[in-house]
Amino acid sequence: MNALYLAFAHLRWSWARSLLLVAVGAVILAVPLISQTLLRGSEAALTARAEATPLVLGSRGSRLDLAMSAVYFSPDRPDPVTMAALEAVWDTRLGLPIPLHTAFETGGARIVGTSIDYFEFRGVAPARGRIFGVLGEAVLGARVAERQGLGPGDTVISSPENLFDLDGVYPLELRVTGVLPPTGTPDDDVVFTDVKTAWVIAGIGHGHEDAIPAAEAEDGNVTADAALVEYTTITEANIDSFHFHGAPESYPLTAVIVVPDDARAGTILRGRYLDPGNPVQIVVPAEIVAGLVERIFRIATLLDAVTLVIGIAALAAMGLALFLSWRMRAPEMATAWRLGAGRGMIAALALAEIAILLGAAICLAAILVIAVQSHGDALVAWLLAL
Amino acid sequence: MIEIADLSFAYPVGRFRLAIPHLAVAEGARVAVVGPSGTGKTTLLNLVSGISRPERGDVTVAGQDLASLSERQRRMFRARNIGFVFQNFALLDYLTARENILYPCRVGPGLRLDRDVRDRAEDLARACGIAERLGTRPGALSQGEQQRVAICRALVTQPRLILADEATGNLDPATKTQILDLLFARAQDCGATILAVTHDHALLPRFDRVIDFADLGARP
Repeated sequence: MNALYLAFAHLRWSWARSLLLVAVGAVILAVPLISQTLLRGSEAALTARAEATPLVLGSRGSRLDLAMSAVYFSPDRPDPVTMAALEAVWDTRLGLPIPLHTAFETGGARIVGTSIDYFEFRGVAPARGRIFGVLGEAVLGARVAERQGLGPGDTVISSPENLFDLDGVYPLELRVTGVLPPTGTPDDDVVFTDVKTAWVIAGIGHGHEDAIPAAEAEDGNVTADAALVEYTTITEANIDSFHFHGAPESYPLTAVIVVPDDARAGTILRGRYLDPGNPVQIVVPAEIVAGLVERIFRIATLLDAVTLVIGIAALAAMGLALFLSWRMRAPEMATAWRLGAGRGMIAALALAEIAILLGAAICLAAILVIAVQSHGDALVAWLLAL
Repeated sequence: MIEIADLSFAYPVGRFRLAIPHLAVAEGARVAVVGPSGTGKTTLLNLVSGISRPERGDVTVAGQDLASLSERQRRMFRARNIGFVFQNFALLDYLTARENILYPCRVGPGLRLDRDVRDRAEDLARACGIAERLGTRPGALSQGEQQRVAICRALVTQPRLILADEATGNLDPATKTQILDLLFARAQDCGATILAVTHDHALLPRFDRVIDFADLGARP
């Protein structure tokens, strides 16, 4: 007890050095455990989300970009496919196609244009409010709502993709009708709206005042000039003026989630898009993510090696610090020896200090690991959203 | 209190040799040890305290023949019977004056830090005029105060012998006298014998006896 008392008194006296040693020790102990926890959580989250998304249809090109944009709404999007591709899946009657349009953002959150089937497919319903019903309505992911302090009745405004885009992508005000519960998935970080609303943002559909009332138009033609006012808000008063240009089957989608009726239907659907000449492809996100996770874990092995090397270096530094501390206490040990202390007591004085430091480092490391584990899902979701 | 007979001692390295045919110090005496540097004054203190063992001869302290004791027994004997006062005070920076006084009871074998010891420490501090400074660390004490703390530490175990090695060497002349008087008074309170190495000849009249190493058989 005396050795512990004296060691504690010495550590308290040199508190800055003691705190530094405890912090370094805790980091050495905690980092491998935390990285393993986060990697395991990331693997589980990535895999679970991908495995819950049976098939993704999109334009032929990077399979990874296609899967990541449809499953995680990543900013790297493949070339768009058209509604014709979605209709083609409908026509097979082998599964349910769910459109995804992820080209736009609002306040840093991606706007996902989709159908209400998406929410049923993901098994999620608004915690507050309701799903969007008409053009111009939006449902917020939980983290977006929390970050921006928004709820049903508020509005968000879409950001044009390009500040210099004069090609009709005007900001559109969206009315928030609901907020989803936290899911720990990328759904928390996006704003959902009807795919038609996304097309309005894209300028494919729009509403505007008639520059010359139709009744006054000559020869039945509607005329307009540069002063034509385009609506940036969809309201009950102007919603009827909204209309779309071009053939519906040509409207763009980022990807289509395909939910096959059964395994056989899924196999048949995959077979139909095997032709490399087909501009449309179907991918299985689980397969792609499995490959990605394998790569991540190969990198994680490297990370472990780096952590080990840094840990050894830090331990050596700690050892040096303790050795120097011991050297500085040499006069004390000489005094203790003169006063009758034996080698055991002197060793106890040194070991007690190391034991207290190690104990404190273990406690701090345990707190860090428990904190990470208790917030593991949120941390993993945050990491995956980066 | 101290009886040395036919003592011979040499360090493993070097040509130094200390030889004392006979030396006796009576109980309660205040004895100064003087002599040129390197003649073995500190070595004598080490032999009397059992830190060093002679090659030959007998060292008897408080009736105990140190040569007959094992190293552990000598440490226990030292902890219980001998108090040390060092020239550099040897106080621990990280402990308060109170904890420095109690330090021997924390590290010494067979010693207990109980209520009696704590009360004794308070009494000693009061007697030495540092009662108000017990919660202060050595860095904030004057040199005189530090040596008073060191004297309290030497006496807290109620030793029968106090070994002082240049105990006043780092003090100014006025403080030297005060500290020496204090050491004598407190040692007298507990009936302890004092064997003090000093280079300060001005202090010698205060001692009962002076052992001059120039007259002993030390050969540097």
